[in-house]
Amino acid sequence: MSEQATPLWEVFIRARNGMSHRHAGSVHAADAEMALQAARDVYTRRGEGLSIWVVPSAAIIANDPDEKGEMFEPTASKIYRHPTFYELPDEVANM
Amino acid sequence: MTDTALFTYCMRLADDSAILSQRLGEWCGHASHLEEDIALTNIALDLIGHARELYTYAGQIEGKGRDEDALCFHRVEREFNNLLLVEQPNDDFAYAIMRQFLFSAFMHPFWEAMMNSKDEQLAGLAAKAEKEAAYHLRHSAEWVIRLGDGTEESHNRISDALEFLWMYTGEMFECDEVVSSLVAKEVAVDPMSIKHLWDETVNTVLARANLERPTESWMQTGGRKGEHSEHLGHILSPMQYLQRSFPQAQW
Repeated sequence: MSEQATPLWEVFIRARNGMSHRHAGSVHAADAEMALQAARDVYTRRGEGLSIWVVPSAAIIANDPDEKGEMFEPTASKIYRHPTFYELPDEVANM
Repeated sequence: MTDTALFTYCMRLADDSAILSQRLGEWCGHASHLEEDIALTNIALDLIGHARELYTYAGQIEGKGRDEDALCFHRVEREFNNLLLVEQPNDDFAYAIMRQFLFSAFMHPFWEAMMNSKDEQLAGLAAKAEKEAAYHLRHSAEWVIRLGDGTEESHNRISDALEFLWMYTGEMFECDEVVSSLVAKEVAVDPMSIKHLWDETVNTVLARANLERPTESWMQTGGRKGEHSEHLGHILSPMQYLQRSFPQAQW
């Protein structure tokens, strides 16, 4: 008898209309439908979500931590990319 | 007379939810994996919600000052009128899933129909319960399909569960004086009016699960009259222990 480990899925939840999906955690499930149900049962028990995405964890491509120098350090010296020089009008609520 | 019938009717529905909820609660900390542990107890909590509303409403109809706790925790076995199906034990996960599936396949169309009840309280509860039952059905049906269409072991287990639980499904469609008098007043749901929906769901899911629908045969009965299997007493003792030892205890 062959036994496979139950696949892992990453769960993304959108809390409100107009917001983006955010990573909430992960679940184990045999397939996509069960992963969706597990995500619903585990991560939306307190009204956290309006929409759920589940993605096979194996499908996520991550950067190599050893490359973090070339990947991220160059941005550290570009302070002008931060929009801190603008006066925001009070009417603009969400920036 | 109607009030007595309505009281009995609400108590039956409340007992179904309370006892099945207690059965599902037995999985807490014991399910196959964490996700399913939470899924089963989520269903249990939905059912507790239904039971609480129904007991409270029944207590108001009765008018003797009995609240939800009095009705749930201070009655003995023979006074419980739940379906025999919901008290059947968790022999294994397949039994729990099949029991839930056979029940939810009935309760979903039941609550849908109940939304048209002339009794505002029942119609209001139905609007909420219908959505919850839809999910209970979806979750249990997907498991039935996966177990039936899974390994030889899982197929045999869900098949055994179906074979064993089938004789408890007839009770859902019983229509005695209590039900028929309330159906006539458009308060209760005529169970036979949703039988074709139950059949359709059961046939579709069993076919997808490679399971054969058992042939129609003798059906168990008695739950609605307080005649139970030996299992109910064992459910009630842990469930009622606290309230019986410390009546009126507050959390």
